[in-house]
Amino acid sequence: MAEPILKLSGVKADIDQYHILHGVDLVVPKGELTVLLGRNGAGKSTTLRTIMGLTTLTGGTVTYQGQDISRWPTPKIARAGIAFVPESMGIFGLLTVRENLVLAAVSGPMDEARLQWIFDLFPPLKKFWDKPAGTLSGGQKQMLAIARAVIEPRDLLLVDEPTKGLAPAIINDLADAFEQLKEQQVSILLVEQNFNFSRRLGQTVAVMNDGAVVHAGTMAELAENDELQQDLLGLGLGAHQ
Amino acid sequence: MTEETTAMPMSDTGSGSERERRSPIEWLRDQRDHRAHLFLLAIMLLASIVVIDFQTWLVLTISGVAMGAILFLMASGMTLTFGLMSVLNLAHGAFISLGAFAGGTVLAFWLDGFASSPSFLINLVAIIPALLFAAFIAGVVGLVFEKLVIKPVYGDHLKQILVTVGGSIILMQLIEVIWGPNEIPVTRPEALSGAFLVPEALPLIGGIVLEKYRLVAVVLGLAIYAGMLWVIDRTRIGILIRAGVESREMVEVQGYRIHLLFLGVFIAGSALAGLGGVMWGMYKELLTPHMGDEMMISVIVVIILGGLGSIRGCFYGALLVGLINLYIGFVEPRLAAVATVGLMVGVLMWRPQGLIPVIKV
Repeated sequence: MAEPILKLSGVKADIDQYHILHGVDLVVPKGELTVLLGRNGAGKSTTLRTIMGLTTLTGGTVTYQGQDISRWPTPKIARAGIAFVPESMGIFGLLTVRENLVLAAVSGPMDEARLQWIFDLFPPLKKFWDKPAGTLSGGQKQMLAIARAVIEPRDLLLVDEPTKGLAPAIINDLADAFEQLKEQQVSILLVEQNFNFSRRLGQTVAVMNDGAVVHAGTMAELAENDELQQDLLGLGLGAHQ
Repeated sequence: MTEETTAMPMSDTGSGSERERRSPIEWLRDQRDHRAHLFLLAIMLLASIVVIDFQTWLVLTISGVAMGAILFLMASGMTLTFGLMSVLNLAHGAFISLGAFAGGTVLAFWLDGFASSPSFLINLVAIIPALLFAAFIAGVVGLVFEKLVIKPVYGDHLKQILVTVGGSIILMQLIEVIWGPNEIPVTRPEALSGAFLVPEALPLIGGIVLEKYRLVAVVLGLAIYAGMLWVIDRTRIGILIRAGVESREMVEVQGYRIHLLFLGVFIAGSALAGLGGVMWGMYKELLTPHMGDEMMISVIVVIILGGLGSIRGCFYGALLVGLINLYIGFVEPRLAAVATVGLMVGVLMWRPQGLIPVIKV
């Protein structure tokens, strides 16, 4: 396994009075795509939000490239090179596609070559360049959300369920985009429910249940072992406590 | 801000043959639904021109637009702070008073020599520092006010109302401490006082009398509106403000410190209130500590009417309020006070989110 870019040790987090994360241990290897699997309510999204500083961490540490970022404010985490695509996509619907990307390019004007690469990946963004992002379809919004995360080179992408509710053709486009990002050595932490999509892309995998990571290993190992899959992802997971 | 979005369905149906087939009624319905602010303004102008004779109507309209421009200056800061951080700052009126006193001091005491010269250019030597000083003082007090009063009560409207009303009382008392409890008369700069007569020889408008100051207010108001639109539409700061109105969290995720942005907007909003205050002070030619507070009802009507958080909406809301006051005041003075609130109630029944809504996505 490559050296870790991100490491969570015993991370705990609450939302209101509910304890959501009960000590998450997770390692994201540098330059690889790690898939975070698990049932609804297992704490996957909260894990991403806690890394990003959006949910307050109540215990444990988050280490990113050797630095403890547990108490950093969100903007500082973002500027350190972590991009976050939430499940809701979080695009600015009243802003145009262009303006959404202008904002995402924090360090100045957008790089032409990189923009061209994004247009090649997601042609609809070029077509609707000056249209309000709110008028895009669900799949196009997801394209914009991912484009926004990669408009500048980033070291780590946190992506929450990008395939949710999308047509198979668009899911393929997204998979191509992730393949290209992997080739560029971008580290990615992907939350997914779609196991086929995860199996195609993921190199490492972690499975969460009830606010903790219950299995971590390579994707190849999990993909080959039907019993393990059944145990972790099938009905067995419910009784896994 | 949402004009583009709402206007889009119209431009999309724009293939030539289709457009020709549409009847004028349909066109009107379209305008009503997609450009409610312009539709309402047009109706108000047309209805009044039928009832009032043309020359009077023209004078009333220019005065109404002047009043609207001043109202816009006073209200724009409040709509921005509400739109961006959903902070209800009821001390906004105190910033209007503060600006009026700061600017009035420059005009009436510090640079009164320049202000009393008959030359407009020499007057400007007093007017421009007065405007800048008012904006500066209101802005600086805004900075302190945000840190001390607003910051601890983010996200809690009830506390905001209590705390900002308290802050407002303190600010107005401070004005009394510094400037004394008495009203202070401020004469307009010489070149701006009085009126001028449009030469009789001109057709239609010949012979009407226009107050000079109102024309200046119109020009200044439009200039500041244009400047704000430019900032909001074209600059990165403007994009950030619009993005922040939609989702603060996602602005932070992009790597921007939303609190700095809000602090900047709060300072700018206070400075604009200060500017509006001087303009209002020169309009009334009398300064009282409560002069800003007295305007708060109109200011709140304007920002609700326009759609909370929308600069364009605020501008059109201010024009509508300024105009309806004068039209109704001329036709039936007893109804003038009711007209403003009546306008708001009517618009809200028709469009509950205001004329140009800023939808939280």
